Amino acid sequence: MGLDVRVPVGVMFATMGVLLVTYGLFGDQSIYGRSLGININLVWGLVILTFAVTILGLAKLSRRG
Amino acid sequence: MTLTWLDWLLMFVYFGFVLGVGFALKRKTTTSAAFFQAGRAIPAWVCGLAFISANLGAQEIIGMGASGAKYGISTSHFYWVGAIPAMVFLGVFMMPFYYGSRARSVPEYLRLRFDEKTRAFNAISFALMTTFSSGISMYAMAKLLQILHIFDRAFASLGLGPDYIFHVCIISSALVVLVYVLLGGLSSAIYNEVLQFFLIVSGFMPLVYLGIRDAGGWSGISRTVPEPLTHLWQGFGSAATSPMGVDAFGVAMGLGFVLSFGYWCTDFLVVQRAMAADSMAAARRTPLIAAFPKMLFPFLVVMPGLIALSVRPIDTPPAMVAQVAGDMRATVPVGVIPYKVREGTSEIVRDENGKPQLDYDLTVPTLLLRYFPTGMLGLGLTALLASFMSGMAGNVTAFNTVWTYDIYQAYLRPKASDAHYLWMGRMATVFGIAASVLTAYVAAQFNNIMDVLQLVFAFVNAPLLGTFLLGMFWKRATGHGAFAGLLTGTMAAALHHGLTLPLGAAAGVKGGWLGAIHIYPSEMAQNFWTAIDAFTVCFVVTIAASLMTKPRDDRELVGLVYSLTERPRDEQLPWYSRPAILGVIVLAATALLNLLFI
Repeated sequence: MGLDVRVPVGVMFATMGVLLVTYGLFGDQSIYGRSLGININLVWGLVILTFAVTILGLAKLSRRG
Repeated sequence: MTLTWLDWLLMFVYFGFVLGVGFALKRKTTTSAAFFQAGRAIPAWVCGLAFISANLGAQEIIGMGASGAKYGISTSHFYWVGAIPAMVFLGVFMMPFYYGSRARSVPEYLRLRFDEKTRAFNAISFALMTTFSSGISMYAMAKLLQILHIFDRAFASLGLGPDYIFHVCIISSALVVLVYVLLGGLSSAIYNEVLQFFLIVSGFMPLVYLGIRDAGGWSGISRTVPEPLTHLWQGFGSAATSPMGVDAFGVAMGLGFVLSFGYWCTDFLVVQRAMAADSMAAARRTPLIAAFPKMLFPFLVVMPGLIALSVRPIDTPPAMVAQVAGDMRATVPVGVIPYKVREGTSEIVRDENGKPQLDYDLTVPTLLLRYFPTGMLGLGLTALLASFMSGMAGNVTAFNTVWTYDIYQAYLRPKASDAHYLWMGRMATVFGIAASVLTAYVAAQFNNIMDVLQLVFAFVNAPLLGTFLLGMFWKRATGHGAFAGLLTGTMAAALHHGLTLPLGAAAGVKGGWLGAIHIYPSEMAQNFWTAIDAFTVCFVVTIAASLMTKPRDDRELVGLVYSLTERPRDEQLPWYSRPAILGVIVLAATALLNLLFI
């Protein structure tokens, strides 16, 4: 079997998650008026980061098993 | 809104990964079977997500959001009536013949089951249709990104006018898809479709969340928009009161049966994903796995249409407010949906009564700009780009396979080496994409993407369903019968379209080019009934012509026809892997969703 697609998916979302979280924490805080006052970069960055870690974990588990 | 470095960075991360997948698969793609069929080695869940992603092109995200704003929650009929039942039928009943026969493509199945001319007819029309669809998709994307004006500043700083946005979008998206399909073939397309599936979901989920929150939840939406828009089946008792101009029978028969089964069960674009699975059981599970997310997609793609009607824009250009003051905003909710503006000017397009027209195709992108700050905006735009690319790659991989196996190998050069066909597949990828780019420029004159596509499906796909149903479930059906049925069915579709016209349309591309003898309340009604007509003619003619021609020996049809094929056994599988059980679960859940919004 070829490539485990969970690896590129996981790494891509991890990269994007880190970018969003970093900007959410340290970037301009005055831009969140349009997202109803929610720091959506931080919140959604954390969500996709969690997704990335989960899917990479699953990929690792199945490689071992 | 304008883009910042962060948005660009997110987009380039995506480009990097899709191209990276292509490069990673390059070494593995050394045979034609690897290039066209992904070596039949892909696990079911990957095929399932690719199955749904390949179908989730530009026309879907943009068109469903637009329809959501026009027709409300009833747009979900395209999913709950128009997709799920057909996907279940494909997985439970039809995949055994596609996967179990030695066919490498849908047209090739037709050759095994019927004859050469039936295959040729299907292969050629399919090849044309995929090129056309992917051109439409590309056009839609480029036009949209141009109208949004988010790239204006970046282009201006390079000294390029806004016209270049259109060209650069088309050329760059075509190039990215070209490179990754050239390198890794179908595997590359499938793996990237999984990536694109997750991206699309992750881009639109927060949008719907913020939108619904802003609108005050479902109850807030129900209070703002006209009541019929929040009900699935209200008014569907008759064509006159139905928001779509079609009664419940027309929806069930036209959309739920003919159009949807005709698409999901016979279109090689989607079936190819299931045929790439690593086993018969996985192939049958593919459309069923796809049906679960598909069932929930209305919340992601139709809901934005309703949200857009219910919420307020942050800022409307003052010029625009002055132009339409007192016109319309007071009577019908328009939310954040912008008015249609004549190209290159700021003049608002009006109908013959002077009523300003809304640009429904901008529903979804406008919401992205309304709710997403820089960062999330980059992710949202990437999701949009991902949907465009997954649709395009789906078309391209289906096209190169049908061209190489069913046209080139079948009629032009039958006995070449495998390496030659692999080379031809790569060439077909290049000229398929080139033809799509050309189509994109031609497509610029058509307006509503959804309607044009539905029309093409009606002509080409509606009669096809009759051919496949009889081919798979009636062993007496013959090649001559099938061909006669297909030909007359397609002609019936054209004739029906030529003799009818939707209300208020002028004769021409909308129909009535032979003189309109019947007027439908809407274009959708006309499309549904064109499809029903074509299917019925094909079905009847195939039966009649088959009975008049010589049947094939039963022994030749083993594995191709239901009554002569051993049922695939799945007792050894755990319950959650059995197609029939998965099918029942997804159908029950879909029925429940219908009840919820009735």
